[in-house]
Amino acid sequence: MLPPELIAEAVANGLLAGAAYALVALGLTLVYGVLHIVNFAHGALLTVAMFAAWGMHAFLGVEPYAAIVPLAVAFMALGYGLQRWVIGPASHGDDGNTLLVTLGLSILLENAMLALFRSDTRSLGTEAGFDVVEIGPMLLSRPRLIGFAVSLATAALLWAVLAMTDTGKAIRAVAKEKLGAQLSGIDPRHIYAVTFGLGCACLAVAACLLLPTFYVNPRVGNAFVLVAFTIVVLGGMGSIPGALVGGLIVGVVESLGGLLMGESLGQLGIFVIFILVLLLRPTGLFGARA
Amino acid sequence: MTSHTTLPRRALLGAGAAGAGLLALPGLLRAQPAAVKIGLLQPLTGALAQDGELGRIGAEAAVARINADGGLPALGGARIELVVADARSNPEAGAQEVEKLQGEGVVAVVGGFASPICLAASQAAARYDLPYVVDVGVADSITARGLANTFRFAPGFGTVTGAAISNLVRLNDAAGKPCRTVVLVHEDGLFGSGLARLMATELPKHGFEVLETIAHPTPARDMNNIALRLRSLRPDLLIPSSYYGEFVLLSRTMRQQRIRPKGIYAVLNGAASNLRFVKEFPDAALGVMDCNHWHDPKNAEAVALKKGVEEAGRFWAYNIPLNYSCVKLVADAVNRAGSADRAKVMAALAASEFGGHVMPYGPTRFVSGQNQGARPVNTQVQDGDIKVIFPEEVADARAVFPIQG
Repeated sequence: MLPPELIAEAVANGLLAGAAYALVALGLTLVYGVLHIVNFAHGALLTVAMFAAWGMHAFLGVEPYAAIVPLAVAFMALGYGLQRWVIGPASHGDDGNTLLVTLGLSILLENAMLALFRSDTRSLGTEAGFDVVEIGPMLLSRPRLIGFAVSLATAALLWAVLAMTDTGKAIRAVAKEKLGAQLSGIDPRHIYAVTFGLGCACLAVAACLLLPTFYVNPRVGNAFVLVAFTIVVLGGMGSIPGALVGGLIVGVVESLGGLLMGESLGQLGIFVIFILVLLLRPTGLFGARA
Repeated sequence: MTSHTTLPRRALLGAGAAGAGLLALPGLLRAQPAAVKIGLLQPLTGALAQDGELGRIGAEAAVARINADGGLPALGGARIELVVADARSNPEAGAQEVEKLQGEGVVAVVGGFASPICLAASQAAARYDLPYVVDVGVADSITARGLANTFRFAPGFGTVTGAAISNLVRLNDAAGKPCRTVVLVHEDGLFGSGLARLMATELPKHGFEVLETIAHPTPARDMNNIALRLRSLRPDLLIPSSYYGEFVLLSRTMRQQRIRPKGIYAVLNGAASNLRFVKEFPDAALGVMDCNHWHDPKNAEAVALKKGVEEAGRFWAYNIPLNYSCVKLVADAVNRAGSADRAKVMAALAASEFGGHVMPYGPTRFVSGQNQGARPVNTQVQDGDIKVIFPEEVADARAVFPIQG
């Protein structure tokens, strides 16, 4: 039997990793909830965001945490532009087309990154990446603790935006009843683009939080996007608390599974949960009934 | 206006025709030999793109070197032209690209990098009797199929692991046997699992106790659990076999969690023999040993090549000298064959005793397609650089082992 402090540390590590997963899933679930499309370019956009955060540090000397706000704003604009002038028009209002357009976009972005940055795996060689916080016998990574706090704050902020601002109300209105929203003067094309922009801003925040402890190469987004899809289904498609709770659950399950069954088999736990949720509660933990 | 321009135009035409005639004259007297095309197959996109790009750097450097030195003397100074194909990190694409290279009329194909790509691509090349020189692919099955067109310049899996184990035992014995317990961490694909299985059966025969074998997927998002296991198991020695990103994560996490075994002894590791890792994380990389392909540090051409690559702002890894050497090996065979005839080139490769490469192998000698002198070396990260510590005749540093008491 494993010593309890080891299990406690694995749970803590799982929560820290899960917060990062949740942030990636947050953007995905938001776009699904409003636009009703599965954004296949999500992983590639995360890669772009991570390269942007890396570039801010390598070329401008901006630390990843200081880059959070400027990059979030920049990615908000990028996401808005992508949806408004690329994905929206290219899809001609058909969801099937949207899937293909985002898939094409992901291939384009990944290869653009490959052409620009070559295939090298890069990391930030900063000493801060190695800082730990000692809690009892546990050594917890400081950058990941910061990441945990910022992830929770971002989720709270996003929830507040949706619940309290006029734009948030418009987003929810379009998500629930597009025609009705249109009749009351809301431009769905604008709202779609804002939502896509918010999703991209979440990715920019996630990228800045991941970079101090992870690496970046032109395919890095794929490592996170599959788990993000699982979280979105687990938490309920379109649900922000669902993405957060789902992310934390997946993080802990992955961590404990890895500790008890080995890293490779430990991944099974995630998909067992996934199947169980689909069987017993197809709407997800926080999903509204269809 | 018109009359003013007509005259110079005529003059110009006349002068142009005369000039063209003059330029064509030496060509009529002595035809410039046609360039010899060598195909380079590398995974330039997809999961293995980093390795493919490194291979390309080496192959291009070899072609530049050969052409600068006057091309192939036996073919009237014919230049080499490299035809680069992208295997897209999967065997099917690798085989398709061989068809394309065949269409381009290459005299031989170099590369492949990953064993599955090498297996598929060399098989595809065999259909056209197209010589195929494997650059890295270590699977023993590559040369065990009896394909007459397939040659492997570098050592195979059996040779590498045999050397890895015997060198580890020597290293440990020479230091007074400080290490007894071992944990194996490996990626869960064909390469890592095969290696771990072999280590788990062989190491106990030499007095080591394997405490645990931990597999991880690629890509892995998190290495904290493995670090936790290592902290509770406290092995003397860690033997990792993973790709670049995962090993970087593991060694960073170990440093963060203050896990310092007496030695980290990697076998065919993606990062321990990559200078990017050493430069980005000098502390985490310090003292890491690897049993892997590496250039001969006492070979002046290898040292100059490394310097050139680093001056171009690129990081050095073993793919570069291996592809450099393979292209030179093919060029030498074409030159000795005296023509770009594939059958003659294949015969020349099979009989090759080529010593002009930059690896610590000695002259090539192929038996069933495998270069008999090929061997891995042991490297160790010391002072922000990768040094060779074994075998003695090529070593440029002494092993620091155990890392700390």
